[in-house]
Amino acid sequence: MNNRLVATSSPHIVSKETTTTVMLDVIIALVPAAIAGMYYFGISSALVMALAVGSAVGTEAAIQKITKQKVTINDLSAVITGLLLGMNLPPSVPWWMPIIGSFVAISIGKQVFGGIGNNFINPALAGRAFLVASWPVEMTFWVNPGAAPDTVAAATPLGLINTSPESLQPLSDLILGRIPGCIGETSALLLLVGGGYLIYRKVITWRIPVAYIGTVAVIALVYGGFDFTYAGYHVFGGGLMLGAIFMATDYSSSPVTARGKIIYGIGAGLLTMLIRLFSTLPEGVTYSILFMNVAAPLIEKYTAPRVFGTGGVKK
Amino acid sequence: MGKNALTFKGGIHPPHHKHYTETKAIEIAPIPDEVVIPLSQHIGAPCDPVVKVGEEVKVGQRIGESKGFVSAPVHASVSGIVKKIERRPSPGGARVLSIIIQSDKKQTIHESVKPHGKLDDLGPDKIKEIIQQSGITGMGGAGFPTHVKLSPPEDKKINLLIINGAECEPFLTSDHRAMLEMPDKIIEGTKAVMKVLGVEKAVIGIENNKLDAIRTIKVMLKEEDSISVAELKTKYPQGGEKSLIYAVTKREVPSGGLPMDVGVVVQNIGTVVAIANAIQKGMPLVERVVTVTGSGIKEPKNVLAKIGTPFKNLVDFCGGYTEDVAKVINGGPMMGIAQYTDNVPVIKGTSGILILNHKDADREETSNCIRCAKCVDHCPCGLQPLMISKNSLMGRFDEADYYHAMDCIECGTCSFVCPSRRPLVDSIRMAKKEIVSKKKKS
Repeated sequence: MNNRLVATSSPHIVSKETTTTVMLDVIIALVPAAIAGMYYFGISSALVMALAVGSAVGTEAAIQKITKQKVTINDLSAVITGLLLGMNLPPSVPWWMPIIGSFVAISIGKQVFGGIGNNFINPALAGRAFLVASWPVEMTFWVNPGAAPDTVAAATPLGLINTSPESLQPLSDLILGRIPGCIGETSALLLLVGGGYLIYRKVITWRIPVAYIGTVAVIALVYGGFDFTYAGYHVFGGGLMLGAIFMATDYSSSPVTARGKIIYGIGAGLLTMLIRLFSTLPEGVTYSILFMNVAAPLIEKYTAPRVFGTGGVKK
Repeated sequence: MGKNALTFKGGIHPPHHKHYTETKAIEIAPIPDEVVIPLSQHIGAPCDPVVKVGEEVKVGQRIGESKGFVSAPVHASVSGIVKKIERRPSPGGARVLSIIIQSDKKQTIHESVKPHGKLDDLGPDKIKEIIQQSGITGMGGAGFPTHVKLSPPEDKKINLLIINGAECEPFLTSDHRAMLEMPDKIIEGTKAVMKVLGVEKAVIGIENNKLDAIRTIKVMLKEEDSISVAELKTKYPQGGEKSLIYAVTKREVPSGGLPMDVGVVVQNIGTVVAIANAIQKGMPLVERVVTVTGSGIKEPKNVLAKIGTPFKNLVDFCGGYTEDVAKVINGGPMMGIAQYTDNVPVIKGTSGILILNHKDADREETSNCIRCAKCVDHCPCGLQPLMISKNSLMGRFDEADYYHAMDCIECGTCSFVCPSRRPLVDSIRMAKKEIVSKKKKS
């Protein structure tokens, strides 16, 4: 035997899954809803998403180069941050906005804390919150599907539900995505398909999305006097699906424990409905998730799984 | 079948890789020119040599005497001349004082080796004495002296014996083949252990990827009411003592405790076979079934090898290495120990020799923990490996202790599922060592 033996510690086999394959699965799950966004809001929305992705990847590479770290853009996590941010923007935003948003998301939301796995808030939502605070007009200018951008301002279902419920779009349009809103958030159905894929591929568990969406549904039902159509608008309108399935489940900023995920999901649902029902904002998904991100370490601390053999001795 | 199979919480489904050897009958490996018998093949005090260089020895002759209760004697596995007594590399990783015997190939049996008669005529203490004198240790890997396991303190009432036929480690088939080819010995050994413990019930737990073994044993047990077969779900680490006991009884071995704390003793398939041999033939533990397998060996086989046979000899017997051999492992891929040389001997705990090629042995670089929680979801002990590992790598061993590092069974599940290829078990092992040494000091 001429070559030397490798003597590393066990285990000597590992699963095929890598960080890159996990991230690739998330991208695959997002693609249907992203394509729906392009279909409804035109080619310009493709440009918005492309610029957001490009800026996110570019920012990550540049920061890692400058700080002399290993460039890890191949793990595809920056692509997801960019794509999620792009899908969370109105279709008519000016071209420079996704670029700035992704820059903030990656630099302040992710890299200053040590890069992948170390961010305590969802970077894409950090970027989005920054944009909403800086350019509130552009970030809340909605257009109807099929209409040219910059044309006529339209209202989102959640904008209408409290002000003029008589002009609400039919619920079927919400499920398919034929409504004004952010590029990637409108098609509840395709987002659910993506979520199903992620659960099937064991990238995420059901816990956060089900707890989150379930809480919103229950509160909307109770608040609306068990009007299922009213609750339907809260569940399928706005950014809940995109937020609950793809943003709240961000690994770094959500609890790792099973019970913690449930509590975190319920908390996000409560906050979302609190904002939607009792504040001046029609939405609330972004801030709810960001708030729960901050609470995640605390939740995690108090929801540690029961260690085997600590449940009392059964004889 | 299948739906009612018993199991535990957590765990993983690594590819089985059992196809290499599961259908291959056990072959008897040739007697090597030279055997290397380490004086420490078990957990506990090492043995003292009781033979001198130049002395003639016979098969079954005691050559190493145990010094304490938690120890097990070692015996000559070949007849011949003691050539050297010196430190040699052992599969455990350390260099261990070993007795090297030059074989005369005659396999003359020592005078002390005599059948002990029928099991019915032997009392519990006599059986235990035979087990102790025969140097029998747990043959699943850890190598705890069997007679110690069979001597629970007075206050621990044992009411169930579980025979571990799970063989959940991928690649390994030595227990599987033993169940198919020597079920009578397994049952005889099981009965002997039952008698020592004074228990009325024994369960042989077998994973349901070995349906033929389940059938074979069940047929043999038709007339036996006291021994039954439990079909276990095929899931790693089903054969871990705590997982196995939970699957069969739903009892949890308490944190920091032993199986006897829940009234159970677990014995491995290889161990009960060795016990049967010791009683029926009077032959101490001098040989065992070893699976020689993996992507780096030309003709994978199950072999019956003499204790002390160098790995190299068995590799040659199995057609030799392939071109791209990279790793030689004592045991299975999940918990086995990688060797830096193939000049180590088969010991009592060598259930397999796994040889991997470069494709299987090479690893991607470690990257940041992405907190995917897979290690938490799959840990059979209910731990949060990422937290223990993070603290351990930063030298914060008190924190690692807070996260129950000491409850880790080092099964490797967390490292297996980690998409970032983090050194999870490695760092947890390190934390356990530090915590133990700190507790000893204080």
